Parts: sequence; C-alpha cells; structure tokens
Amino acid sequence: MMIDPKSQAAGNLNGDRIDLQLIADRVAPNSKVLDIGCGDGALLELLAHQRGIDGRGLELSQSGVNNCVARGLSVVQGNADTDLSYYPDNGFDTVILSQTLQATQRPHEVLREMARIGERLIVSIPNFGHWRVRLDLLLNGRMPVTGALTASWYETANIHLCTLKDFTALCGVLNLQVESCITLSNGKARSLKGRPTRRANLMAEQGVFVLRRG
Amino acid sequence: MSATKANEEQGQTVRLDRAALKLDCGATLDHVELAYRTYGTLNKDKSNAILICHALTGDQHPAGNNPLTDKEGWWTQVVGPGSIIDTDKYFVICSNVLGGCGGSTGPHSDKPDGSGPYGLDFPVITIADMVRAQNLLIDHLGIETLFCVLGGSMGGMQVLQWAAAHGERVFSAVPIATSARHSSQNIAFHEVGRQAILADADFEGGRYFDSVNRPRKGLAVARMAAHITYLSEAALQRKFGRNLQDREEVTYGFDADFQIESYLRHQGMSFVERFDANSYLYITRAMDYFDIAAENGGNLAAAFKNSDTRFCVMSFTSDWLFPTSESITLVRALNAAGANVSFVEIESDKGHDAFLLDEPEMHATLSGFLASAAAARGLA
Repeated sequence: MMIDPKSQAAGNLNGDRIDLQLIADRVAPNSKVLDIGCGDGALLELLAHQRGIDGRGLELSQSGVNNCVARGLSVVQGNADTDLSYYPDNGFDTVILSQTLQATQRPHEVLREMARIGERLIVSIPNFGHWRVRLDLLLNGRMPVTGALTASWYETANIHLCTLKDFTALCGVLNLQVESCITLSNGKARSLKGRPTRRANLMAEQGVFVLRRG
Repeated sequence: MSATKANEEQGQTVRLDRAALKLDCGATLDHVELAYRTYGTLNKDKSNAILICHALTGDQHPAGNNPLTDKEGWWTQVVGPGSIIDTDKYFVICSNVLGGCGGSTGPHSDKPDGSGPYGLDFPVITIADMVRAQNLLIDHLGIETLFCVLGGSMGGMQVLQWAAAHGERVFSAVPIATSARHSSQNIAFHEVGRQAILADADFEGGRYFDSVNRPRKGLAVARMAAHITYLSEAALQRKFGRNLQDREEVTYGFDADFQIESYLRHQGMSFVERFDANSYLYITRAMDYFDIAAENGGNLAAAFKNSDTRFCVMSFTSDWLFPTSESITLVRALNAAGANVSFVEIESDKGHDAFLLDEPEMHATLSGFLASAAAARGLA
C-alpha cells in the first residue's frame, strides 16, 4: 500500500488509523462525501487535501465537532442512530462510516440509511473473528482485549461487534453488494475483490468494505 | 497603523434615504432611513463585505466607540482590527434595524404628512421587513454578494431571513443562539414586557413624546424581566447567590434587599436612558411573528432548498431562551435541504448572553469557519 507523504502531513495519520488512507484511496476526486462518526476530522481533512471533495461530517462528541469546525470542516453534532433520517435521498456520492458501526445501537438501520443517502458506502470495522480474539476467548475464557479492541467489556463503546463474515452476511440481507474489501493485519493491507475469504476472516484485524446498493 | 486609521475614518454614522419599502403588513413606508456604520475597506472585487445583524436592543455600533453612550461597542470581543472579524481584512457593515431607535426609521420618526412622530401609527414590522431594508442598504453600497451575514439572537433571525429570502447574496451565514421561529415561551416573555409598557400611565397610547414624562417604569420592568431570560440560573447563583445589598440583614420590606434585585433595577433604569418604549414594542413584535417554516408551508427545509450558502450554527448549553434544541431543528432542516452546514454547541453557563461575552470556544469556531469560507471565497 502506498501512502502519499503529503497526505500524511495534511491528514495527521498515525499507525492506528491506516484505514483512513485506504478509505481515501477509494473516494472519487471532487465527489460529495458524508463521513459519519468523523471524530476529529482527520479523514475529512485528508479527503479535502488529496481528493478535493465536498465533505460533510457527523460526530457524536461535542469536542470532536468543535475541533472540526474550528479547522474549517463542515461538521454537525449528531448521532448515527437518530440523525441520518434527516439527510436527503441520494444527497451524497459516498457515505463513509469508519470504525463506528460497532458502536451504534442498530447497525443494520444505520447501513440502510447510509444506502438511502448515498449510492456508494465505505465501511471499516474491527474484525471480531481475528485469530487472536478467538484464541483469547478459547484459552483464557475472558472477553478479548486487543490492539483493535482496546477497552474491557464493561467500559467499551463497542456494543455490536461482528466478524468480517457476519458483516458480509448482513450486507446480503440489506441487498448491499461488496465491491471490494481490504483487510488489515499488523499494519499491512491486503486487497480482495468481493467478499473476504475464510482465511481473511481469521487473519484480519480490520476490514474496509466498499459497498454498493444492489 | 494606517489601516487602523482608515477604519476609524470610515466608522462614521451615516444616514441613507431610500425609496418606498413595502412591508409584510401591507403598508408602505415612503421614506426609509437606515442609520449604519462601516469598518474597514471594501476590496476591489467587493467580495469582503460582512454584515453584522444586531439583537433586540443592540445598535449599529458593534465595534469602536458608541457615540451615543460613549461606551465600547457591543461586540468588541469579536469585531475590530486584527480581531476575529478583522476590520483590517473585511469591510464590516452594521445597521440599526428598521423600527429601532438608533437613527433608523421607527415609531419615533416623523410621519410624512407632517403631523408629528408616528408613535403607534407606525406600521407593525417583521424580521423580513428589517432584512428588506438592509437589502436596500447593500444595494446602495454597491455590493452584490455579502461574504458573510452574522448575528446572535434576533440578529440570528435576520441572518436566517437573509439566507432564506436572499440566499444568492449570502456566501456564508452564522446564526448564533437563535431560532427559525420564536417559541411560545419567548412570545410569552415579550408579552409580559409589552404589557408592562402599556400599563405605564406615562405611556399615553404611545404619544409620550409630546409630554415631559416617558414610560420609564414600564420599560424598565420590561427590561428587568427580559434580562433574566438572557442569563442562567447557574450564572445568577454564582454572581449574586442570596447576597444582600449594602446591608447585614433583610429589612422586612420591599426595598432591594438582595443584590440580584439591585442589579436588575440598575439594568432597568440604565436601559430606559438609551432605548425607546415604542421601539421595544415594535421590535419584540417582529420577533414574535418570525417563523420561516410557516412561510414555506410548514416545511423549514423548503426555505433553504438549493442554498449555496455555507452555514455555521452555534448554540450555548445554558441558553434557555434559544435552547440548543432550536438550533438542532434548524440544522436538521439545513441537512435535509442539502445545505453546507456546521453546527457547534458551546459549553457555557452564561445563558443566552454568552454570545456577547468572552467565549474562547465560540471564538475558535467562528475563526475557523471564517478562515475556511474566506479561502473558498478567494480572500485568503
């Protein structure tokens, strides 16, 4: 995977969020993009610099929103579970949800709304099917705490964890086509056409999915 | 240094005679005057103009010295040379609203037929009428598109009216601590204020300008009631608590025993020195009538359809006069209209008046938003 050094400076990328550059690589230049759960705006800023997009963000945390707006990004405070219904049909070319789905109350409804708002979806999720997670639970009998899932079960915001396989199954139910999938493991990215393999479901720490309305 | 000097020279109050103005109520004002003030220099492209809209009891002096009160302008926290709204960079315009008492046409003005001041014969005006008058002013200044229109409270209502009715002239809009419609509770507070004025024996049906007395008591009570709504319980408690005013014990009477009472009385009495009772009636009424959605079949989003304006909406956590929920309603409508909108709720315990005060987070937000809008406008 190539990361443009210029973008690294602009987008403030760090090792934990290499999914951001992978997502940015999959966004069409000058398109209209909604980033749900945009955090401190790192991805929106990256997209603005690299791709010249017309970007909007939705973020739950007030400090995140205030940071974004002070940096000149168009971001509103809101909740993915309740606020997406206020966005118009087909209002955006691409709708992005990075590392947020697992923290929503109703992930399937969030995906359904995303598909209504934009034709193309990019969703990144932590993979609960990663071998270390499986092994942890099998050998220790404790809920896993890993690099991608750092909080203990009682304090984690991640209430709807899934495996890559679970996710693609849900996409099938929602009639969303998996156009491509990138898996991340040990900071290395692997590009896959279509759905992730069994092996990917075991080896990947994260998955980045490009979806299209079926 | 020279730029600052130029700013000062241009910061004079000027009057403007305009053609007839057709009002929402159906009446027409033949000779409208708007008192306004400008700061800074309009650039060659005329692309750096910012219109600041003042609140209910504000005036056309957000920055510099107010020649009437000999005090600092009401928004020097934000406006001035080198400040967030940098008058060395932007051409800043602020006009006294139609119906106001800072020099613009209002109930204190003389009727065209020479029979003296209007008083209550002045037609009832709306926020849209105020904005129509400002539009004529912007025409007069030869400006096609304003880089930004911004204001808090009733100023924010004007901002929204500008964006909804004259969006093609508004590149960016910053409505602060405001709402797209005046709430029932807010109408109720205004009604209390108006009834206090109307109940004052010196009001004389609005024709008090003929007599030596003015409805000071009524206007002061109106201001006292309104002033409470501009603050918050936490701010009042912090500032005054149950502290007594210049005494050790309560007096078992109706003197201003408590500091908060003394403070409110002072607010009321100083307000009547600078504000006109008739103007207060008319301007509060204009706010009550404000409802952008109603003018679009109840659909607020429809008011901003196809808007190219960049919006930055701000509210304050302790503002119970224009609570955050009002801003969220507005933001959702703007999103539904596909508009470019940012929304920030600022943590503050200073209530509605927070927008006029030292609020670093609001200032950072405004600064960032203006910088990115300026870049998009080619003003970097």
